[in-house]
Amino acid sequence: MNICKGNPDTLTTTGERTEGPLPAAATRNACKLCTPLGAAMVFKGVRGCLPFLHGSQGCATYIRRYMISHFREPVDIASSSFSEDDAIFGGAKNFAQGVDNVIHQYAPELIGVATTCLSETIGDNMLGMIKTYQDKHCGDGPPLVHVSTPAYTGTHSDGYYSAIRELIKAFAQPTRITQPRMVNILPAMMSCADLRHLREICALYELEATILPDYSSTLEGGSWECYHRISPGGTSLDEISEMATAAATLEIGHTQAVDKDSAGSWLERERGVRCDALGWPIGIRLSDQFFAAMATASNRPMPAILADERGRLVDAYVDAHKYVSGKRAAIFGEPDLVVGLAAFMSEIGVRPVICATGSKVKKWKELLASEIEGGTADVEILSDADHAKLAEAARTLKPDIILGSSKGYPLARELKIPLVRIGFPIHDRIGAQRMLSVGYRGTLELFDRVANALLESRQDDSATGYSYL
Amino acid sequence: MNSVNTPSSIRVLEERSGQVWTKGSGKEFSCDKKSAAGSVTQRACAFCGSRVVLYPIADALHIVHGPIGCAVYNWDIRGSLSSGPQLNRNSFSTDLAEKEVIFGGEKKLKASLIELIHYYRPKATFVYSTCIVGLIGDDVEAVCKQVTKETGIDCIQVDSPGFKGTKKSGYQAACEAAYKLVGTGDTSGISPYSINLLGEFNIAGEAWMIRGYFEKIGIQVVSTITGDGRVDDLRRCHGAKLNLVQCSGSMTHLSKLLKDNYGIPMERVSFFGFEDTARAIYTAAEHFGDPELLRRAEELVREEISLYAPKLKQYKKRLKGKKAALYVGGAFKAFSLVLALRALGMKTVLAGTQTGSAEDYEQLKEICDQGTVIVDDSNPLELAKFVLEKDVDLFIGGVKERPIAFKLGVAFCDHNHERKIPLAGFEGMLHFAEEVANSACSPVWKFAPRRQVKALRLPGSDESANQDPGTLASKGGAA
Repeated sequence: MNICKGNPDTLTTTGERTEGPLPAAATRNACKLCTPLGAAMVFKGVRGCLPFLHGSQGCATYIRRYMISHFREPVDIASSSFSEDDAIFGGAKNFAQGVDNVIHQYAPELIGVATTCLSETIGDNMLGMIKTYQDKHCGDGPPLVHVSTPAYTGTHSDGYYSAIRELIKAFAQPTRITQPRMVNILPAMMSCADLRHLREICALYELEATILPDYSSTLEGGSWECYHRISPGGTSLDEISEMATAAATLEIGHTQAVDKDSAGSWLERERGVRCDALGWPIGIRLSDQFFAAMATASNRPMPAILADERGRLVDAYVDAHKYVSGKRAAIFGEPDLVVGLAAFMSEIGVRPVICATGSKVKKWKELLASEIEGGTADVEILSDADHAKLAEAARTLKPDIILGSSKGYPLARELKIPLVRIGFPIHDRIGAQRMLSVGYRGTLELFDRVANALLESRQDDSATGYSYL
Repeated sequence: MNSVNTPSSIRVLEERSGQVWTKGSGKEFSCDKKSAAGSVTQRACAFCGSRVVLYPIADALHIVHGPIGCAVYNWDIRGSLSSGPQLNRNSFSTDLAEKEVIFGGEKKLKASLIELIHYYRPKATFVYSTCIVGLIGDDVEAVCKQVTKETGIDCIQVDSPGFKGTKKSGYQAACEAAYKLVGTGDTSGISPYSINLLGEFNIAGEAWMIRGYFEKIGIQVVSTITGDGRVDDLRRCHGAKLNLVQCSGSMTHLSKLLKDNYGIPMERVSFFGFEDTARAIYTAAEHFGDPELLRRAEELVREEISLYAPKLKQYKKRLKGKKAALYVGGAFKAFSLVLALRALGMKTVLAGTQTGSAEDYEQLKEICDQGTVIVDDSNPLELAKFVLEKDVDLFIGGVKERPIAFKLGVAFCDHNHERKIPLAGFEGMLHFAEEVANSACSPVWKFAPRRQVKALRLPGSDESANQDPGTLASKGGAA
């Protein structure tokens, strides 16, 4: 066998290195997923909610299998299973039938409807169809909420934020009441462990939090005695309806901070809930900002337990700084995660030489520049990137480490450098859900993963095989 | 009440009642239908079917024409190994944006193809049309013709918008596309004892093992379609004297085209389990009617079985009497699995497929035991229902079925495109037994709530805590 070795994106059919101008028209190995996936993920974080994709059934099945391979949990997503006729004459009949069947089978508390490219393009009037359905059933049955997610506009990250916003718009009732100890947290696309940690942190500040979405138990639950039609857990509709009573919203993600139509700014504008726009709390600086916002919202100082964690984190930075200092990293993934990671890398002395995302992000360079110390003149900043572009940059800039999803593995293998897995999807390792990366404690765990990956590669690369580093 | 239920509280959708059948019930059985809207089918779409079939052709360039999702969920998720080129392991897409959906994507497709062909120098190119392209009406065929003319590389449209029927329609589109290459190559040097192996996808290197068997007894394998596939092999596969079709769902159409236009006979075979593998080898040997060939085939089978059969004993002892459920893509795989499980002393209590035909299911009904439930185009709730009702010990399926089994404390064997262990052939049977035993006999099930004996329950735990008021726990409910 003469297996062509190397990253398939640079090999010709005969296994030689490709030559000539780089292809630019096609996307080669995308660094993004489609919008309905992001929406489905949010719907999985609402209690009793069944995600429903209006369109072809393949979309639902693909997204299910992709989420299952990351979370290793049941992920049921219904579809209106369009056929050729429905694509021509509209999907109203299938929609009504599909919703009937879903209610009959799953008895959901909410149906989260996301439209795929197909139904968006034929122009199905979703709101009309939902209203017709509900009128016909005299308002019986669960509420339905719609989020528009054509895959040809945006990425999974956009679908994720849109779904949060639509849920809030649909359910956060106007109110005059303010509950001073209530906060809303709108997390970015974090791991289940991250979401659980956010809840723990709120408890430490004696705050009651509505986290939307909260898939920490629906996508990482216990072993079951009986079968659950819909995995237990998630943010309840009651909680969402009370979000307008919160004292503040903590909205995570740099891209959301600059988006006037983000869920948090909508809550502020329409429901009068103050919005704190925060970065992804990775690293000391961004975590400090997050905890400062918690302190303001709760009117409590930092709890001792967190101050201790911060102390241990600083100590860990110091203990290991020589192993990481001066190294160069390539980072890719969801835009907000990339900014958070770039901030973290900068503060431990690792230069983020490549920051790439598959999304098209407004002010992407500025967002990164705001968190990368020492200017970004030597940083390759890529938006709307694919893995081929990312790899091309990496071959030139030769980073020492890659931070990103499992999709970075072929590049890591080619360059013989470690890949620290973070983000989505992680389908070649166990425990993606359990990886903690936010707050001081999460940063500490991530820092250890980064430092140890570098130590391991040094050990593996050494001629003698150090046993004592 | 929505979250916890007894198996009997899960009802089969009325419109699907004909697709769930119990042997001995005397009921009618129906299949080959569109999936019911809202039923959370385990099936994918026509596009998926076409990708599954053609993707393993390793020296072709595969580009998905449409918005990004379709391409990205397919990127290198299948094992399908190649012994040489790795071009198929890339995910190329025209990644249509809104303006192309409005104004058409032909220009972008053409530019993409020209660039990619010059850069990667593929032997041929497949262009997959997705839902959107089917809808906006891009003339993909015309672009393909132009590009073929300009580059000299065959550029072939795969007409597979997702909404165009089920996965099976995708198989058909793929066969049509592959067939465009057939007959364009030189057939000189092909032995009178030669075969094509159709519907073997080389997921974990199985095509290599099977090819080895045939070469050993003196039968030339002209092409493996499509596992470890090559464009040039497809071009000359019409020179082979017999087609062995393994995955009949995906390849019946191509073998039919080869039969009608080149007179190549076909035989349906399976390489799963000792029995089926031996039968497949004999089928080919007998076809050529050479006693020497048959003698060598018998010798090979004897050698292989004597090598692996004794090693199976230890697993059989551990697995005897266990109950299995299986839900797989095609029916032919299901038959073989039922037989292989039986060979390990296990009983299949639930068997289902995504795309079986009426003919397939007749055969499946035949080989299953009384009381076995047979399901067509099932969904997670039904599968869970029967796992509980039948108190299954092992589930065989793919990624989407795995969490259903695991949540309920049931062992699992991956028999889909994600597997990394070769399960075909004689050696494969040993791997299969080992794989099944490693899961079914793992000590971890002791801790699964559903399997936990009372003595092992957490001290002070409330037994009813995990139950819905007014309903029984699974075991009680199933009784």
